[in-house]
Amino acid sequence: MTNQERQQLAVFACHVRMGVIEGTHAAKAGHPGGSLSAADMFTYLYNKELRIDPKNPKWADRDRFVLSKGHTAPGLYSTLANRGFFPVEDLKTLRQIGSYLQGHPNMNTVPGVDMSTGSLGQGVSVAAGMAKAAKFQQRDVNVYTLLGDGEIAEGEVWEAFLFAAHYKLDNFCAIIDLNGLQIDGPTAKVMNTAPVSDKMAAFGFNVIEIDGHSFDEMEAAFANFKACEGKPTAILMKTTKGKGVSYMTNSVDWHGKAPNDAEYEVAMNELRAQLAELEAAQ
Amino acid sequence: MSEVKKIATRESYGKALVELGQEHDNIVVLDADLAAATKTSTFRKAFPERHFDCGIAECNMVAAAAGMATMGLVPFASTFAMFAAGRAFEQVRNSIGYPQLNVKIGATHGGISVGEDGASHQCCEDFALMRSIPGMVVLCPSDDVEARAAVKAAYAHEGPVYLRFGRLAIPVFHDEETFKFEIGKGEQLTEGNDVAIIATGLMVDEAMKAAAMLKEEGIAARVINICTIKPLDEEIVLKAAKECGKVVTCEEHSIIGGLGEAVAALLSEQCPTKMRRVGVNDEFGHSGPAWPLLKQFGLSAEHIVEVVKSF
Repeated sequence: MTNQERQQLAVFACHVRMGVIEGTHAAKAGHPGGSLSAADMFTYLYNKELRIDPKNPKWADRDRFVLSKGHTAPGLYSTLANRGFFPVEDLKTLRQIGSYLQGHPNMNTVPGVDMSTGSLGQGVSVAAGMAKAAKFQQRDVNVYTLLGDGEIAEGEVWEAFLFAAHYKLDNFCAIIDLNGLQIDGPTAKVMNTAPVSDKMAAFGFNVIEIDGHSFDEMEAAFANFKACEGKPTAILMKTTKGKGVSYMTNSVDWHGKAPNDAEYEVAMNELRAQLAELEAAQ
Repeated sequence: MSEVKKIATRESYGKALVELGQEHDNIVVLDADLAAATKTSTFRKAFPERHFDCGIAECNMVAAAAGMATMGLVPFASTFAMFAAGRAFEQVRNSIGYPQLNVKIGATHGGISVGEDGASHQCCEDFALMRSIPGMVVLCPSDDVEARAAVKAAYAHEGPVYLRFGRLAIPVFHDEETFKFEIGKGEQLTEGNDVAIIATGLMVDEAMKAAAMLKEEGIAARVINICTIKPLDEEIVLKAAKECGKVVTCEEHSIIGGLGEAVAALLSEQCPTKMRRVGVNDEFGHSGPAWPLLKQFGLSAEHIVEVVKSF
């Protein structure tokens, strides 16, 4: 990856984060924390990894992405909007009556959303079903899904992992966002899901651990995924919840709370400053 | 007297899947370690590459079927009614119903007639659960002929369908040559204006037997077969209520939330009519041979006759 590409991705991620703040502020509700922790991954996926066409969101042979941790819809929506699937201004309609941007992703209303999710644990099963279908149909389609580290306490997640390994779905990539926090507190205290790496290896996955804010590590991880044959891949990404906004950083409180007007100004000023710095460096 | 042919509708399910599989290569079947019991093993034998066992993990199976549907396949996810409608309810609701995906849920072993396995496996709540999901079509065929037709109609229908089949071999009374099936259409089986007996599943044959017994006592019962629990054929029900003035519903399901309540809701709003519900009362089942169990729970022609005469 060139320095310029890295810079472009960072700029895009900054716009994604601004969209998250815009949307949740306008909605007076939503989940900024996990949207911000995954913003860099969303950015990489939709700019570098997924074979997609924003002008043709239903293109049959596109790669699929299922947001299993569906409450981080603000992050996904902002990414899709910034990628040209729909107008960025629409992010301000998040969660409003009549908006197509529902609180959790709806595949039938939002261009670019491949599956309706929100109830934790289900998206990963759906994604595994998609990957199995693609294999059966002998189509060159990869399926990516993003889970939270709190979400993986759901038993269905492990049913899906068994299925993916049993059917040797090497076109299936489960990305787990290890931000360490969930609604009720630190994941280690609420219901410890660690060690995730050992569990995934035991379940028959090709396990890759990365820094979830490093585009270079993402590039290497996805190259590894595509080179791996005969088993599914798990990318375990260590992230910082609320990353990009000082007062949201590593804070349980900001899992599912919207910034008020004053907090919005602070967050946007911080992100604008980050953006200016990135653009100056370009 | 010649013996009436008896076939379990789960057998019909397996058979119809094979016929569909021969015609359409986008059909796939998923099971949760019960292919031998759901009778999808016949499909597995015919099309092994299109049968996916998901192990004992119904929630994942149902949601994986949803994923397959997004890829253009037409999955039939099969397991017992208890696990399809019960355990995986929320997967059906959120991953199939809400996104309106083209998944068919083949639920066998519905109702008390599961028999010896007892209450844990006797699902009498599936109509109630599945009816409550917006856009879900709920089918409960009454014999082999109707069951095979229902499977084919479910395939032809674009959108989620729940099909309930039975474990028990039951009489085949439809004539395959003349039978026509349409989702959402009830079927009047006998003429009569004294009472309407509106039945579904294996209770349809019991209702016809009850009608024959009532006829001997000078009571003309109109038997209506409702295979499509949802959307209910309101026209045939309202006409029967108006013309008969008295309605009895019969189902191998809890009296809470099933056909009886669907009919009661319709009639109370549009044509208040005296009615009674024959079904499983607010209680769990238990182990025993199917036919004596059905009798014990009042799911018999004799009990229908008693109820008809009681009001």
